[in-house]
Amino acid sequence: MVDEFGEFYQRNRDVQPPAFTPGYKTSALRSPRIPLWSLQNSLSEVTGPMFRPDELGPLDHDLIKNYAHDGDPVGERTIIHGQVLDENARPQAGVLVEIWQANAGGRYRHVNDRYFAPIDPNFGGCGRTITDAEGRYAFRTVKPGAYPFRNHINSWRPAHVHVSIFGSGFAQRLITQMYFEGDPLIRHDSIAQTIPDPAAIERLVAKLDLNASIPLDSLAYRFDIVLRGRRSTLFENKLQGN
Amino acid sequence: MKHSINPLEETPSQTAGPYVHIGLIPQQAGFEIFKNNFSNNLLAADTKGERITIEGFVFDGTGAPVRDLMLEIWQANAAGRYNHPADRQHGKALEPGFRGWGRTGTDFSSGLYTFETIKPGSVNGRSGTKPMAPHVSLWMVSRGINIGLSTRMYFDDETDANAADPVLNLIEHPARRKTLLGHRSTRDGKIVYRFDIHLQGAHETVFFDV
Repeated sequence: MVDEFGEFYQRNRDVQPPAFTPGYKTSALRSPRIPLWSLQNSLSEVTGPMFRPDELGPLDHDLIKNYAHDGDPVGERTIIHGQVLDENARPQAGVLVEIWQANAGGRYRHVNDRYFAPIDPNFGGCGRTITDAEGRYAFRTVKPGAYPFRNHINSWRPAHVHVSIFGSGFAQRLITQMYFEGDPLIRHDSIAQTIPDPAAIERLVAKLDLNASIPLDSLAYRFDIVLRGRRSTLFENKLQGN
Repeated sequence: MKHSINPLEETPSQTAGPYVHIGLIPQQAGFEIFKNNFSNNLLAADTKGERITIEGFVFDGTGAPVRDLMLEIWQANAAGRYNHPADRQHGKALEPGFRGWGRTGTDFSSGLYTFETIKPGSVNGRSGTKPMAPHVSLWMVSRGINIGLSTRMYFDDETDANAADPVLNLIEHPARRKTLLGHRSTRDGKIVYRFDIHLQGAHETVFFDV
């Protein structure tokens, strides 16, 4: 049987970007060079912080309204939704999902972003929600714009949304980026291309989901997220000492 | 290569980028949006245990402080109990008001990070091993970090417990174990543990594949 709070499967690093990816230059000086020390899970790894829906505000998941001052933000009205699962395909209920993104012009509301596309006075660019009993989540936002960044002379980020996810254990902690189906910049992006496996990059591309769109109102994209799975306990292999 | 016949593969990680603050610590990005903000202060008024500050710098391969990094900590309470249903240790009381988790960004100017918390108690190790010495788990992301890095901070005044710790003892080179020690001092009557993290270089911190 699957232990609800068993150890996690070893992380499959073949589907993950390595730390040192010289094509994304900033990684060169921020990547450990000694192999990670492999650590069998203890209570410190199989536990993790839990969050309650009542800690969040009613508009926290609605980026069209959660920073609106004198109208809605500019941009393509877009629903981003999906399901958080684990490697065993079990829905991850009650987990915190946080997102952040640039506005429709590709500008972030951040003291360190000096790109000359303007700030949108009605767009903060962040949201958060907690998955329901089936592991589902949904945000409403505007589609972010592409923007340049200093890597090569002419490096552009494809439109993307940053996604931060907690599971039920701290070892599942994950931050990633979601791209949009059909974006020609993905194949030129030094950051997406830190992932060596093209099939793994493809799993970061949200698919247009016309059936989830709202006619005459908003388009929709679907982005499912997979966290690490927990081991079955076929034979006694007690994690916790007494 | 697929490791198993599990139906699904983990979603790949991507860097949190330079603007991680917008989503996770918007006040540091320069604006107010949420009523309830997660913070670097783990304390409630009635939290039991010795109050401590954990602070330090995260250095890159040239020795420069990384000033756009986001750190999270996860720890047990003073009794050595995690606020999580998987913790079934006997005789260690749960404190509902102490989540045991916090997050912060390194300062944009100095690079310093700070947490206000309590010193955790000892947590049982895996079955058949000794109890783990008190420690705090850390997880960090930033621009240039493709997948979040995990480490632990132990307490340098726990000499005996550290010497018996089943995780520290696994690390092959004793000199590397010292990269996981927070250093205790007293400043203005407050207990401070200084924990510097080196992403690479001669003093590279031990990072765990957990």
